[in-house]
Amino acid sequence: MMRIECPWCGGRDETEFHYGGEAHIARPEDPDALSDEAWADYLFMRANPRGVHAERWMHAQGCRQWFNVLRHTASHEVVAVYPMGAPRPDHPETAA
Amino acid sequence: MTGPHRLPAGGRIDRSRTLAFRFDGRRYTGHPGDTLASALLANGVRLFARSFKYHRPRGVMAAGAEEPNALVLLEPGPFAEPNLRATEIELYDGLTAESVNRWPSLRFDLGAATGLMSGLFVAGFYYKTFMWPPSWWNRIYAPAIRRMAGLARAPREPDPEVYEHRHAHCDILVVGGGPAGIAAAHAAAAAGARVMLADERPRPGGSLPDGPERVGGEDGAAWAGRMLAGTSALLLPRTTAFGYYDHNFVALAERLTEGLSPSERAGRPRQRIWHVRARRVVLATGAHERPLVFPGNDLPGVMLARSVTAYIHRYGVLPGNRAVFLANDDSVYAAAREFARHGGEVAAVVDLRVDGTADADGLPVLRGAVPLRTLGRRAVTGIEIESEGAARRIACDLVAMGGGWNPAVHLFSQSRGMLRWDDQLQTFVPGRSAQAERSVGAAAGRFDLEGCIAEGAETGAAFARELGFDAPAPSALPERPHRPAPAQTAPPAGRGKAFVDFQNDVTAADVALARREGMHSVEHLKRWTTLGMATDQGKTSNINGLALMAAGLGVPPAEVGHTTFRPPYTPVPFGALAGRNIAALADPVRRTPMQDWQEANGAVFEPVGQWLRARYYPRDGETMREAVARECRAVREAAGILDASTLGKIDIRGPDAAEFLNRIYTNGWKTLAVGRCRYGLMLGEDGMVFDDGVTTRTGEHRYLMTTTSGNAAAVLDWLEEWLQTEWPELRVYCTSVTEQWGTITVSGPQARALLEPLVEDIDLDPAAFPFLSMREGRIDGVPGRIFRIAFTGELSYEVNLPWRRAAPVWAKLVEAGAVPYGTEAMHVLRAEKGFIVVGHETDGTVTPVDLGMERMLSSRKDFIGRRSLARPDSQRADRKQLVGLLPEDASEVLQEGAQIVETPGATPPVPMLGHVTSSYWSPVMGRGFALALVRGGRARHGDRVWASATTGESRVRIVDPVFYDPEGARLDG
Ligand SMILES: [Zn+2]
Repeated sequence: MMRIECPWCGGRDETEFHYGGEAHIARPEDPDALSDEAWADYLFMRANPRGVHAERWMHAQGCRQWFNVLRHTASHEVVAVYPMGAPRPDHPETAA
Repeated sequence: MTGPHRLPAGGRIDRSRTLAFRFDGRRYTGHPGDTLASALLANGVRLFARSFKYHRPRGVMAAGAEEPNALVLLEPGPFAEPNLRATEIELYDGLTAESVNRWPSLRFDLGAATGLMSGLFVAGFYYKTFMWPPSWWNRIYAPAIRRMAGLARAPREPDPEVYEHRHAHCDILVVGGGPAGIAAAHAAAAAGARVMLADERPRPGGSLPDGPERVGGEDGAAWAGRMLAGTSALLLPRTTAFGYYDHNFVALAERLTEGLSPSERAGRPRQRIWHVRARRVVLATGAHERPLVFPGNDLPGVMLARSVTAYIHRYGVLPGNRAVFLANDDSVYAAAREFARHGGEVAAVVDLRVDGTADADGLPVLRGAVPLRTLGRRAVTGIEIESEGAARRIACDLVAMGGGWNPAVHLFSQSRGMLRWDDQLQTFVPGRSAQAERSVGAAAGRFDLEGCIAEGAETGAAFARELGFDAPAPSALPERPHRPAPAQTAPPAGRGKAFVDFQNDVTAADVALARREGMHSVEHLKRWTTLGMATDQGKTSNINGLALMAAGLGVPPAEVGHTTFRPPYTPVPFGALAGRNIAALADPVRRTPMQDWQEANGAVFEPVGQWLRARYYPRDGETMREAVARECRAVREAAGILDASTLGKIDIRGPDAAEFLNRIYTNGWKTLAVGRCRYGLMLGEDGMVFDDGVTTRTGEHRYLMTTTSGNAAAVLDWLEEWLQTEWPELRVYCTSVTEQWGTITVSGPQARALLEPLVEDIDLDPAAFPFLSMREGRIDGVPGRIFRIAFTGELSYEVNLPWRRAAPVWAKLVEAGAVPYGTEAMHVLRAEKGFIVVGHETDGTVTPVDLGMERMLSSRKDFIGRRSLARPDSQRADRKQLVGLLPEDASEVLQEGAQIVETPGATPPVPMLGHVTSSYWSPVMGRGFALALVRGGRARHGDRVWASATTGESRVRIVDPVFYDPEGARLDG
């Protein structure tokens, strides 16, 4: 079980959190301007890398705040924690 | 003296006290400090169990957690615990145990006949022998195999013991209380680090009490106790680290009542599961001696060499009188000398290595010899070996084997550390770490006592320094002494069953067969033969299995690799994992304010989310159908009351609340006046219906949203997610108020008359208080709210009161003549009106258009899910659409979930047109009716189709889904 650093509450067990999938997928400003294919891409397609992944987490059993995490999907190393809306921090790929 | 094999002196047992116990009905005695295994061995008992598949006689092979054979059922009745290792059961007075997998008795076992038919039971037999016909599997094969193969039966009674869980953080967790672990814990604690030391044995010292070894002249166990006594390290004896998970999370099982009889255990938790988060972990888990693979190596009387020494030193038990030692490692010579020193006769030391160099020192050594088979039927009477090209037999009652040592890398491997093959040890040792962890001592493949202690101390200090504590700088570790390599495990030379996995009865021939059948990966080998899949997780079998496979394939074992080590290291009771989360605490029930009244008045409940809701209120002698019909008639003809407290309620505030609702709901919200209510529909971004409910504007910037009972938490999550992640600029705050408001729905033509006497300052006249509006005032003297909302189609008032004030009002309404109705009547009444229920009429694949709710879709704004409704798939004409169904046989009530098909009795594949989503008996129509989703159904009103269910096929007519009062004439009473 991972330990995740909530920006508001500090380190807590993974069971307190709710996973929210890939980060930085903004809802299109004008959905009507999108082709069916582009809309389906927004709806359904997500990255699934072996390596550092930017993803959203919510401290469901704590402060209930959403935030972003850079996590290595193979080693589960939490590389960075940063607020919603902030850009993905530059980070060199860490080894698996 | 407790038994003929007890030595006159020695052992770490309390000879001043004698304990009586029973095994398979016979009475024996032992001493405090004994295990069940040592006490039985002392009494000359050799036969402990029958094996899993072939029912072969089995004895004790080891002295610790790795024991594969001596499994017993401890205690009868509710205290029964199956498949415990006799080598780990601490003896207590009155202990009762039984052998497992024997029928009818351990000595005379009918199942041993499977041994005679063993040609049928080779590896993979499940997949081959019992293939055909398939219908025989459940009826004949599976029950027969289950009766013949298997371990002890689980108890049927509830477990009377309690278990608890504890969470802990520490700087350094040391697993294993042997020399290396103790040195690590001592060094780290001395530097000021918070240290926990988990040791599976009752007393620390690891293997030290098992043999003659001393630490700097001091008794090993005394040294262990002294080292820990002066430190702050928390020692947890009888505690097994059974799982190593991400981010240095280690699960421990602490056995708190070991060695106590059931009556002595009363009032104490039996086990405590520790959830430990450690900044650093030291794995000092030791090593297990490797068995040798040769025919008959499973016969009672064949033991591991160091285990023989352990029985002598720890328990004062000499497990045999005349022994042959089979040596593939120099440590076996020491074991032979200890056996001789304590009065045993060493008939021979058979050294498998041609170039063995160990000092014979007076022992009768045969170098370059191999065991061909053991002799004896129920226990060893001798062994046949091949030496200098000739077979010869040696009489003995004990065969002590030592194939080398396997570091206990289970936890290291669970931590996702990479294992490395070590040619010198002929086994896998820890390689690169994946977490903040280090293996030390025998667990790291180091076997010199001085070196293990130095390595432990150095690692403890180094970790303490890493964490900022002041610990002495490292001193040079002593060189690892040269250790002659054991020979690689080779296919057996003799004929007969040579066991690799004793617990799952996997033989060397099975491994060879697997290879011939094309299982060239260890993962295939494991699944095909079940090697390493028993409750011992292959502690004694995995390395031999893969070495044999490598030998057969002609590749180095490193190339074959190894399977994954999985938790738990040793079995953990389900009760311990559950802890206190059982019975009422397994899934806590949320209670409504009216529940006490409902229980007292005989309501029948149904689970809805975490709630129990009153489904109906049967009166004397009423069936469910009669009660529901009476409740429905009361609402249609007079007035009923429903406990609607479980509806989710969310208080939404902020200047942008209306804009927010506009984006969340499909319809428009900007024009809703204060005090007015509106029905809303929520979609997922995929356009599918997610939830529905009525939201009321309770103030200038304030709304009260209601959700379905089961979806309340999910809807709050949904709102918060959008607010925080996508629209942080909206000034909106959401608060769950579900349990602030108790809700009583008063419904029926007499609802107003019934409620009026209780209401002081609200005019209930529909002219003054129109449908879909809200009034605040006092109800029975309590400040509350009333909503004009109707789920039944009748004149309705939904009364909201402070949670703890609702029950008295409920009771007064009942006294005034209101008929309580439950969720079943509510469903009948809403279905008659064609109102959907999320989760009945929707299943995550249903759009508002499918439900005929196009009018709920605003065209003047965007909302979540809108774009998806324009996808070609959302616009298909043949999508499943909501319809009503009337069975041709009016007395029939269709089965919910029944499939809609065009014609009866069609041959498969039958095209599925849809299914029944809700189906009830309607008292007002005097017939059965249903709602259904049917392909292109809206254009098929009047068509006749068939509903096909497990109960048969029924002819039904497709109709409009609104069955009752389609004009809404009854809304105002
Ligand atoms: Zn938090």
